[in-house]
Amino acid sequence: MVKMYLSNVMLDPERLTAIAQSSLLPLVKGALYYTIPLTIITFLLGLILAILTALARLSGVKVLEIIARVYVSAIRGTPLLVQLFIIFYGLPNLGITIDPFPAAVIGFSLNVGAYASEIIRAAILSIPKGQWEAAYSLGMTYGQTLRRVVFPQAARVSVPPLSNTFISLVKDTSLASLILVAEMFRKAQEIASTNYEFLLLYTEAGLIYWVICFLLSIVQGRIEERLNRYIAR
Amino acid sequence: MISVQGLYKQFGDVEVLKGIDLTVDKGKVIVIIGPSGSGKTTFLRCLNVLEIPTKGKISIGDRQLDFSQNMTKRDIHEFRRLTGMVFQNYNLFPHMTALENVMEGPVTVKREAKEQARQKAMALLTKVGLADKAHHYPFQLSGGQQQRVGIARALAMEPEVMLFDEPTSALDPELVGEVLKVMKDLANEGMTMVIVTHEMRFAKEVADEVIFMDGGFIVERGTPQQLFTNPQHERTKKFLQLIQ
Repeated sequence: MVKMYLSNVMLDPERLTAIAQSSLLPLVKGALYYTIPLTIITFLLGLILAILTALARLSGVKVLEIIARVYVSAIRGTPLLVQLFIIFYGLPNLGITIDPFPAAVIGFSLNVGAYASEIIRAAILSIPKGQWEAAYSLGMTYGQTLRRVVFPQAARVSVPPLSNTFISLVKDTSLASLILVAEMFRKAQEIASTNYEFLLLYTEAGLIYWVICFLLSIVQGRIEERLNRYIAR
Repeated sequence: MISVQGLYKQFGDVEVLKGIDLTVDKGKVIVIIGPSGSGKTTFLRCLNVLEIPTKGKISIGDRQLDFSQNMTKRDIHEFRRLTGMVFQNYNLFPHMTALENVMEGPVTVKREAKEQARQKAMALLTKVGLADKAHHYPFQLSGGQQQRVGIARALAMEPEVMLFDEPTSALDPELVGEVLKVMKDLANEGMTMVIVTHEMRFAKEVADEVIFMDGGFIVERGTPQQLFTNPQHERTKKFLQLIQ
């Protein structure tokens, strides 16, 4: 079976090139128009949500703490796919219909927000108390202290784990195919369903994900280097 | 300049300050000594409102905080600007250069123009002898240099009073002198200073008044001459014997 398959494809380089050529453009388009924008928008929204959630957890205000805890627990305790289905297929029962792309943005942002909030909370807690005191002693407010003193230092600590979240997100966006977002993996499915070259197309999609993540890890290295410039080595 | 009335501070069930009264005149240098756990650091931190006293009043210049009454965060932030704090562990901002550390207060809190703040910061760094280290990050500086930046950073806010919390305790012995010298210069310029320290020689040379604290009280106060050579209280005598 495998042999037959390999001989079919491998011995027919023309057919191979033809499929690769015809499918590469749609896949890359899917990545450029949907996968990458979805990842970036979601990550930024998720990050804002994560910072707010982390600050709520650390606020010392009981109500805020409980809301943040329940949110994080609910998101971490349920599968991402179930969340996406509730938003896209479930909410219409309440009369709330959301288009595929915004539905995916909402689902993934909520997800990133919950996971990243724990990263950010830990990063804020890792900043020594003396830093807060030094800022306060200059007359800074809570907000100024966060912005000028705590966040710049917390950023350094949180870049490696946040990069993990980001890279996971790139791959998780493939789940958006199941709520009809025309992202890269859905394109691969569509093409494969017409020419039956499942192995080729899914491998091709996988390779594109790999390339994106590889480029991201290079960017991560650059950012870390920059943020580490004030640390003794 | 400073007036403290009936200051109490409680941490949970432990009463750390049990009624402190103190007045300090403008331009005076006060050194607070005492065994660990005597409340001296807590007292200093109360002056900067890093600890919020349980009750009592503190006034600096013409501003007063009454801790028996409610106060807004704004009151506290503004009151803090009257004092400059120098910490035992320097607490410089590690992600900023020496110059940026000194500029930070004026730019962020006082909203000074950057260029003006930079010039002032540079002048202060020159004053503490670190003009050539302006663009170094804290990790590139020795402990003594970091502490001098810490002093410059506090001075940049133009406080009415400078507070020093064991400023030389974390330093290697050979670096203590350079920090004490900067403090001495400051005293000679007429800065009002409250210093918690174990440097008795410095206290003898620079202090106008020495205060001995123990168990949350001010036990005894007097000129260095009086307190070191002719202490009145048994506890002061014991403490001085132990450290000499």
